Amino acid sequence: MGTSLDIKIKRANKVYHAGEILSGVVVISSKDSVQHQGVSLTMEGTVNLQLSAKSVGVFEAFYNSVKPIQILNSTIEMVKPGKFPSGKTEIPFEFPLHVKSNKVLYETYHGVFVNIQYTLRCDMRRSLLAKDLTKTCEFIVHSAPQKGKLTPSPVDFTITPETLQNVKERALLPKFLIRGHLNSTNCVITQPLTGELVVESSEAAIRSVELQLVRVETCGCAEGYARDATEIQNIQIADGDVCRGLSVPIHMVFPRLFTCPTLETTNFKVEFEVNIVVLLHADHLITENFPLKLCRV
Amino acid sequence: MSEKVRTRLEELDDFEEGSQKELLNLTQQDYVNRIEELNQSLKDAWASDQKVKALKIVIQCSKLLSDTSVIQFYPSKFVLITDILDTFGKLVYERIFSMCVDNRSVLPDHFSPENANDTAKETCLNWFFKIASIRELIPRFYVEASILKCNKFLSKMGISECLPRLTCMIRGIGDPLVSVYARAYLCRVGMEVAPHLKESLNKNFFDFLLTFKQIHGDTVQNQLVVQGVELPSYLPLYSPAMDWIFQCISYHAPETLLTEMMERCKKLGNNALLLNSVMSAFRAEFIATRSMDFIGMIKECDESGFPKHLLFRSLGLNLALADPPESDRLQILNEAWKVITKLKNPQDYINCAEVWVEYTCRHFTKREVNTVLADVIKHMTPDRAFEDSYPQLQLIIKKVIAHFHDFSVLFSVEKFLPFLDMFQKESVRVEVCKCIMEAFIKHQQEPTKDPVILNALLHVCKTMHDSVNALTLEDEKRMLSYLINGFIKMVSFGRDFEQQLSFYVESRSMFCNLEPVLVQLIHSVNRLAMETRKVMKGNHSRKTAAFVRACVAYCFITIPSLAGIFTRLNLYLHSGQVALANQCLSQADAFFKAAISLIPEVPKMINIDGKMRPSESFLLEFLCNFFSTLLIVPDHPEHGVLFLVRELLNVIQDYTWEDNSDDKIRIYTCVLHLLAAMSQETYLYHIDKVDSNDSLYGGDSKFLAENNKLCETVMAQILEHLKTLAKDEALKRQSSLGLSFFNSILAHGDLRNNKLNQLSVNLWHLAQRHGCADTRTMVKTLEYIKKRSKQPDMNHLTELALRLPLQTRT
Repeated sequence: MGTSLDIKIKRANKVYHAGEILSGVVVISSKDSVQHQGVSLTMEGTVNLQLSAKSVGVFEAFYNSVKPIQILNSTIEMVKPGKFPSGKTEIPFEFPLHVKSNKVLYETYHGVFVNIQYTLRCDMRRSLLAKDLTKTCEFIVHSAPQKGKLTPSPVDFTITPETLQNVKERALLPKFLIRGHLNSTNCVITQPLTGELVVESSEAAIRSVELQLVRVETCGCAEGYARDATEIQNIQIADGDVCRGLSVPIHMVFPRLFTCPTLETTNFKVEFEVNIVVLLHADHLITENFPLKLCRV
Repeated sequence: MSEKVRTRLEELDDFEEGSQKELLNLTQQDYVNRIEELNQSLKDAWASDQKVKALKIVIQCSKLLSDTSVIQFYPSKFVLITDILDTFGKLVYERIFSMCVDNRSVLPDHFSPENANDTAKETCLNWFFKIASIRELIPRFYVEASILKCNKFLSKMGISECLPRLTCMIRGIGDPLVSVYARAYLCRVGMEVAPHLKESLNKNFFDFLLTFKQIHGDTVQNQLVVQGVELPSYLPLYSPAMDWIFQCISYHAPETLLTEMMERCKKLGNNALLLNSVMSAFRAEFIATRSMDFIGMIKECDESGFPKHLLFRSLGLNLALADPPESDRLQILNEAWKVITKLKNPQDYINCAEVWVEYTCRHFTKREVNTVLADVIKHMTPDRAFEDSYPQLQLIIKKVIAHFHDFSVLFSVEKFLPFLDMFQKESVRVEVCKCIMEAFIKHQQEPTKDPVILNALLHVCKTMHDSVNALTLEDEKRMLSYLINGFIKMVSFGRDFEQQLSFYVESRSMFCNLEPVLVQLIHSVNRLAMETRKVMKGNHSRKTAAFVRACVAYCFITIPSLAGIFTRLNLYLHSGQVALANQCLSQADAFFKAAISLIPEVPKMINIDGKMRPSESFLLEFLCNFFSTLLIVPDHPEHGVLFLVRELLNVIQDYTWEDNSDDKIRIYTCVLHLLAAMSQETYLYHIDKVDSNDSLYGGDSKFLAENNKLCETVMAQILEHLKTLAKDEALKRQSSLGLSFFNSILAHGDLRNNKLNQLSVNLWHLAQRHGCADTRTMVKTLEYIKKRSKQPDMNHLTELALRLPLQTRT
């Protein structure tokens, strides 16, 4: 390939906030000089909603995907038709991140049924003989910090055979007592989820203790709404038969892109939960669920 | 997810499963190889910019550390895998570091996070996020620990916040063995990256104590039953990791911390394992001063748990380095040995005993050492157990030798020689003998005649000597000879010369296979003869004369058994001189005759340090030396005048010299010097009480005539040779030989003799004839002649100088 097109965003982490100016350079490099019909740069931001097969059926899921919601769409002409000299040409650009009055710049989020994505696309139109060149590049939007002070909401929990729901034969369960606490279920997205867990006693040997981070996505549409919970990640915090009475730290970093501040709009919702999963020998699985509220400060 | 990404992830998954499966059912060596392969593929992946694959490999490797299915292999596995982790940590760090380097500046070693640029920080952050999302606890822990150093790019406090978190994280590891090794790794990385952060080290230690009870819990016990591993072989698996942790903590730690740690270990039941690590990691002084406490604690330990001999071994190691209080010393030894002597397994026993020998030697007398040695012999003799423990037994010997510098004391330790008898494998025995001899040479100050030492060491030396065979390397022989010679030199019976000689006779029969030893013996005997002469102030009595003749005879019959030709020649000459000095004239003649008859055997090339060299220069050197001796050797009354010189000349004449060498002529020139010296009225030097030819003949004209005849023959030879050098390529040689002959005549000849005078003038011209002569030398020579002519009785030189023209430069 003779000619290549590249977009370089100025910030290394590609993170921008509403109202800021997105800047960078478009780099055109070629051995020979390049003839073109103009170069344009498009900034796009969309929310893609997908209905799950489970809630609406396969066909509907396929056809009825809800129309994407456009948050941003603007194009600028960078270079008029002409010619680039051989070598490397860098064209700087600046894009103010402004939204129309009635829209909100949601935070970037990559989910299963809800996807919020922002891209920059550079197009170089060329004559009939040469193909047009396109380069897309994702940038990341962080929502503005929430106002007001975050109130920590610690949760203590105790898990015993008696506290469990959905048990078929409670008598068959081995005896155990697991205690612990989460420092807060109101979490700052940049800070890890922390807490402690103590296996006070357990008849059966412990096989593993895991933290399961779950996203709950709700999409509203004409026929009602679909609510789906799917796993984002599963982090093991204890492996094997841990020492009794010794606290094991609960620590989980929220993954970037796959989490965002808890979001509630008229069309869709993105919420998060964490499950503490204890696996005992003889395949007993104990789960305790905690809804989380994520925010950015 | 795009198609491309998907296939790539699938490929990686394949890799993951493949490697996991393959690692089952492998032999230890295969396993090691496999891990080495993983290490290589990590480097390859990194080099080919497949960072994600590299991470996958590292995760895969650290996952292996959660597997304890072959528990005895776990420590080795830990070492192998942490090695890979180290590689990975280094790669990541260096890459991020290189991102901070732009064309203008390089990041200093102690940089602060502000110096790192955004791209580097972002990459670094990315690694940490990726690692934070690793599902399993153990890989997540290890991989994060391996790149701990990278926190330096992100924040100043990064490492100090990370370490406590990682320390806590280990609490989640259920298996106590896996967790203690994880702690060891964290301590290691921590010490490397941030040695000032001691807090986490202590936290690791105390956390470990909290989980200590797990070792005796059901889960571990069940596992041991399944794998058929006994507790005494399971517990020592903890030691390497614990020793490391303990060592990190105790390094430069205040006494109070150590005391606290020890107190906490004491409180836990069944703490032999802890005790052992305390003893191996803490300062030896700390342990030594509390030896009695430790012995008490060791005694209280449960028999079924950690092997006691290991505990005593650890204690012994400390006592070898630091001294316990004076008052406790004997009690410590008694208490310890009481237990050690009861050990049934010879291997356990010897490992422990070996360490305690050092302590015994340091603080006690030969009596205790003897007891200890006796005990070792008693334990190691049944079923030839010593055969499996040669290294330990060797160590014991070395320690004993190191402490007993006085060999008379050493050999009076009754059990020392019986102890040596345990070394039945020859190679080991020779090694031990060498050690003993080295120590003797190093520490023996005074010559000795102590029969105990002599007997024992002769035996030791004989053992070394007898190990020599056709396959023994030259170096080895040299070493053995050096050691035996060292011994021989140290033996002295004082004024009892007869005894001394019979010792040399005995030695000769014992060490006949080592030439350097025989050479040493000949020198020693010669020295003995000269000592005798000195004692008698040159006047031998009938008895001493006989003794001296015995010495001479000793040399005369020993020399022929040597192989080195120049060794023989030089020894003949040397011994001849000694014989002469002791007025054994006919013996001296015999030596010189032997030397003369040996000369034709001198080969053209001889082996020197493994290289073949021409021998002529050595022969030349020897002959010059010989001539100086011949000056004072009186003629035998029954042989003709100068018979030795004549014989020597015949041999030189017949010897096949190198074609292109002038050595023969050089020798002849030397002979001329000798003959000139012989014609003097009184010789330059004499041997006391030996009448040389000057006093024998008293300048008799017949003698002088013989002498002159000889001179003429030799000079004719020289001139003949000079003639053959008249060819182009040899002109230079002709010139220099001519000049040297001229110089000889100048120095030794009587130039008032017209013939000689004319000859010297001719030689002068010859030297200059073809312009080969060095003008400066010629000028100097001429100046010298002029200077000498000014001395009294040297007027004739003035005339000579006039006849010696200097060649012009043109």
